[in-house]
Amino acid sequence: MNRRILDHPILGKAKEDNYVSFTFNHQSYKGLKNEPLAAALLANGVRTLRYHEESGSCRGIYCNIGHCFECRVTVNGKQAERACLTPLQDGMVIESNEKLPTPVKDWSAEHE
Amino acid sequence: MNDVIIIGSGPAGLSAAITCANKGLNVLIIDEYLKPGGRLLGQLYEEPDGTWWNGINESAKLYEEALNKDVQFLMNTPVHNIEKAKDGWVIYTEDNTFNTNHLLLATGAAESPIPVPGWTLPGVMSVGAAQVMTNVHRVKPGEKGVIIGVNVLSAAIAMELKLADVDLACLTLPWNNQLTEEAAQPRKVMESLLHVSHMAPSPLVRTGSKFMKNDFMKKLGITFYPKKGVKMWDIPIQLRKAVIEIYGNNQVEGVTLATIDTNGEVIKGSEEHIACDFVCIAGGLYPLTELAAVAGCPFYLIEELGGYVPLHNTRMETALKGLYVAGNITGIEGAKVAAAQGVTAGLSIAKDSGVNGLESEIKKSIQSIERMRENAYIQFHSDVAKGKRILQDQWKEYKASTETVFL
Repeated sequence: MNRRILDHPILGKAKEDNYVSFTFNHQSYKGLKNEPLAAALLANGVRTLRYHEESGSCRGIYCNIGHCFECRVTVNGKQAERACLTPLQDGMVIESNEKLPTPVKDWSAEHE
Repeated sequence: MNDVIIIGSGPAGLSAAITCANKGLNVLIIDEYLKPGGRLLGQLYEEPDGTWWNGINESAKLYEEALNKDVQFLMNTPVHNIEKAKDGWVIYTEDNTFNTNHLLLATGAAESPIPVPGWTLPGVMSVGAAQVMTNVHRVKPGEKGVIIGVNVLSAAIAMELKLADVDLACLTLPWNNQLTEEAAQPRKVMESLLHVSHMAPSPLVRTGSKFMKNDFMKKLGITFYPKKGVKMWDIPIQLRKAVIEIYGNNQVEGVTLATIDTNGEVIKGSEEHIACDFVCIAGGLYPLTELAAVAGCPFYLIEELGGYVPLHNTRMETALKGLYVAGNITGIEGAKVAAAQGVTAGLSIAKDSGVNGLESEIKKSIQSIERMRENAYIQFHSDVAKGKRILQDQWKEYKASTETVFL
């Protein structure tokens, strides 16, 4: 699936064509060098960037300019990097976090 | 040490940097984004004279000019704290700490979300996110979208998506709940749309707006507003329908739309499903002020300016010595107003740094901000000039009160 806008009636033809390889959750993809990871992944049809720490539900970009921290991923082992602000480099290893174990019992029902 | 540090490389920050550099100051700009330009990067619209305002080109022009004047840039660098030191300011980033006597906050604006069931599904994004993805990164946010929230920003971005051949099912209202307030009421939305009518080629909205100058007519306009909506740039705009849920298994698959009455209440049994693979939430913009808050600036809530703004005067000085503001941190307005504010802030900083003979230039620059405001093509709030007057009254009151304390 290619979502790239290669030609635009006002902005013209896309100028960048320096594609590099990266992995996301152990799968290989190609993206433009220096584009944000969020753009590279969406261009490849990937919307889910992480799983909520407590509920495990899927999360993707929301604000796309660094304010909301919804798109945090692990980049080359460094946690909580914002995919919308991180420029893609050749050979990057990107991973989603997984749902965290929640050993704390939910007592709320007994206190209603 | 830099004479001046500017946080934010949007139109305000870049214009301030160029102004300071022109006066012989040594400038460093810090910004957390990858490219300079801020929100200006995503903008793309046709001016009344038929030329296109292309945010990428406008940003590049300002950036080139700043580079030619030896302004230093530190991109990809979030500032997480600022602190008043004995003399001047300390700026904290992950790898470094910077010091300066003059600090300009040009941090811009953030988007208010609208809570809608299903809003955390991948594929739901702010309308500004779709704009940046489309115009700056040239990646389609999806194949077919629904925009929740009808306002100046969402109408402009809907047109930009259309230009990039991204299909939109409709622009529609959010479900009326405690948090959505006026954005969910057809009558209020119609009122706010009256001042974007010049952007609308749709004869119904354009000619319609002339007939709706008084409240009675507005009410009538909503009551008779066709249930299937009107079209703007060929995109259906539904003011009598609201999204009550975004659904999908692991990502957006569609929205549930219901007919609402003139007060925004859902008419039971009118629910229908619209398939789409992305949803934009357009809740409007508010000034991004955290750094002014940690610095200890006094704040004032002004709805006409989009929210809480740090108190400042017409010279863009805050109540704290050596701390200045420019651009959307002072209230939500267009890029041209922001750039004009950047010039004033730059001149104020130059004067405070000891450059002589700037007084008349500062006064002219303040008039130029007002001119830009009056001639603005897109106004985010129809009463922004009133908001600015409220702010100046508050500034005078604050100054008077602090002076009394020190007597």
